Amino acid sequence: MILDDGATVLSSAVRLAVPLGFAACGEYLAERAGTMNISVEAMMITGAFTAVASASATGSASLGLLVGTAAGLLVGLIHGNASHRLAVNTFVVGLALNVLALGLTSFFNASTELTGHQVAQVSIPVLRDIPLVGEPLFVQRWPVYLLLLVVPLTWYLVERTRFGLELRAVGENPQGADVTGIHVNLRRRQALLYCGTLSGLGGAHLAVGAVGSFNDNMTAGRGFLVIAAVIFGAWRLRGTLVGVALFGLADALRLALPAVGLTLNSQLLIAAPYLLALLAMVLVVRRTRQPAALGKPFTRGIV
Amino acid sequence: MSVQAASRTTPIDRAVAALLAPTRRAGGSPLAVALLTVGTAALALAIVAGLVGLVGGSPGSVLSSMIDGSVGSASSISTTLMEATPLLLVAVGTCVASRAGVFNIGQEGQMLIGAALGAFVGLRTQGPPELVSTLALLCAALGGAAWAALAAVMRYRRGVDVVVSTLLLIFIAEQLVSFLVSRPSLLQETRIPGQIVAQQSDALAPAYRLPALGEHPGLTVGVGTFIALGLAVVMAGLLARSRWGFRIRMLGHNPLAARHAGVREAAYGTVALAISGAFAGLAGGVVLTGQVYRLQPGMSDNYGWDGLLVALVARDRPLAAVVTALAFGGLRAGGGLLASTGVPAYLVDITQALLVIAFVLPPALLALWHAHASRRRGRAAAAASARAAASGAAA
Repeated sequence: MILDDGATVLSSAVRLAVPLGFAACGEYLAERAGTMNISVEAMMITGAFTAVASASATGSASLGLLVGTAAGLLVGLIHGNASHRLAVNTFVVGLALNVLALGLTSFFNASTELTGHQVAQVSIPVLRDIPLVGEPLFVQRWPVYLLLLVVPLTWYLVERTRFGLELRAVGENPQGADVTGIHVNLRRRQALLYCGTLSGLGGAHLAVGAVGSFNDNMTAGRGFLVIAAVIFGAWRLRGTLVGVALFGLADALRLALPAVGLTLNSQLLIAAPYLLALLAMVLVVRRTRQPAALGKPFTRGIV
Repeated sequence: MSVQAASRTTPIDRAVAALLAPTRRAGGSPLAVALLTVGTAALALAIVAGLVGLVGGSPGSVLSSMIDGSVGSASSISTTLMEATPLLLVAVGTCVASRAGVFNIGQEGQMLIGAALGAFVGLRTQGPPELVSTLALLCAALGGAAWAALAAVMRYRRGVDVVVSTLLLIFIAEQLVSFLVSRPSLLQETRIPGQIVAQQSDALAPAYRLPALGEHPGLTVGVGTFIALGLAVVMAGLLARSRWGFRIRMLGHNPLAARHAGVREAAYGTVALAISGAFAGLAGGVVLTGQVYRLQPGMSDNYGWDGLLVALVARDRPLAAVVTALAFGGLRAGGGLLASTGVPAYLVDITQALLVIAFVLPPALLALWHAHASRRRGRAAAAASARAAASGAAA
């Protein structure tokens, strides 16, 4: 019985954590390049809505996933050009994009009839019979397994390629990077494109993978949760993913505990990710791993 | 000469101000910015009209119902003023923080904490009505200031970025308030047998509510509106004319120069952040005592976020924020009537976001254009001198 409950909670934790996981990989890479975009929320909600809308129009949920990913990329493109070509404050851009994306998606959702579509479920034989973790890990919608590609890809890009080295240089010391011939703002725009793509995928997966339909404001602050995860992970990929897993578990517990008959303060569980991120910053920031130029716009010249 | 001596001498302050003056021009001349802004704002409104057309509405009827809902009658003007009041309060506070170079985006949370403290005072104290409602507003401001000061402590003690900490504190504030109103021992409404208890506090006693001037179906102006207007003027004056305001602006323009002139960054930054939180908290108090009368988790109703947008459109000037807040208040009020035209009321949010973009883009566009132009001039000059050198060598 306990095993069954455990499997249910774990299943829902995986379902809730995976959309965060995609977006967190993107946001992690963007923050390493020194660009702080609070528009993850905009990217995710845009991805979610366009995924459902195009799935509803074409009847194919997988195509919807693709369109949602592209829509996230578009938001990243807008953010990148506004804050790393035009040098508008990145928080201002993010704020405006968040309000705009939430408004537009709710606006169109209210004025069109969308039918729900959901991508196929994969169930891996033998492995799914493992007690406790079998069902949560091996019976899931197929995009979940894309995460197995995205995580190593993100790690490889940041840690093992010239592109990643330049990204990190741009995040730590843009002036120095500029002098060595790295195009600082171009690298940051590229980082935002990566972030947009993955956040769009995360939102799209939430809509056509995990839930199967679109509701107004269905991301409900998950974009901010992603930012909290990157901070909680002290700007390292492993820590970020641990954060994502923890936050997914907290969310799953909040939903599952009342059914099991246990009461845990639900407000505390919702606030926990943010509290943890703040605590991590207060306690860890001194031996800092935060990219030195995070959130600071780059213009050539003497600082 | 020591740094401390410098902090007391105004000639140095003035010299630093003279040094800083040219940096203000980075975004092109004010006239060019204004002209371009008219263009981008027109484009934003055209996009909105296009959206209305796209969903089968008529832009004309949307416009007329927006006008009806915002300025069409005495009661709709009252609604506009009521909506504009918290927006203005939040925006004026934001102006102070942004001028000091501190970007506070947690007003939504600071508002909620302010409202919660105001509710404690309004529901738990007895006394002369004026005293209780004044005390409730003061405590609301204090609550907001304290919530923002948390971010300041984290910033100046531990180096935590203010944007991130104020953002995260919003979600914690939301859960804190929702906790307060779901515990009967704290602020949840009194249980009446046979009725469901909601997640909200009891209503404030009518005597403790913020009074309004005017009759209800006609023009009604809440006392909060006068408070907000008065404070906007006071803060505009302080920022523009006082030594304190000068130092705040200096800190925002160039923290390095300010530090050399003896401005203590941590002290001034903390005060600016606390003031901005106090204004947001006061906005929460005004919404509580003048509009909603109960503490509810959703009572901040995006006033915090929208007030931030107002400050952005006003480019951090409190007096410009008065006009912008009225315009945004009108949009919110007019949005209430949109349902009758068949166009979703989310159009208001879209319009606000597009207007913000229309107002922040022009200076950046002009700066980029100037940079390109000067680079082109530089390249042309280099090419010309190269040609001259080549022809000299040939001769």
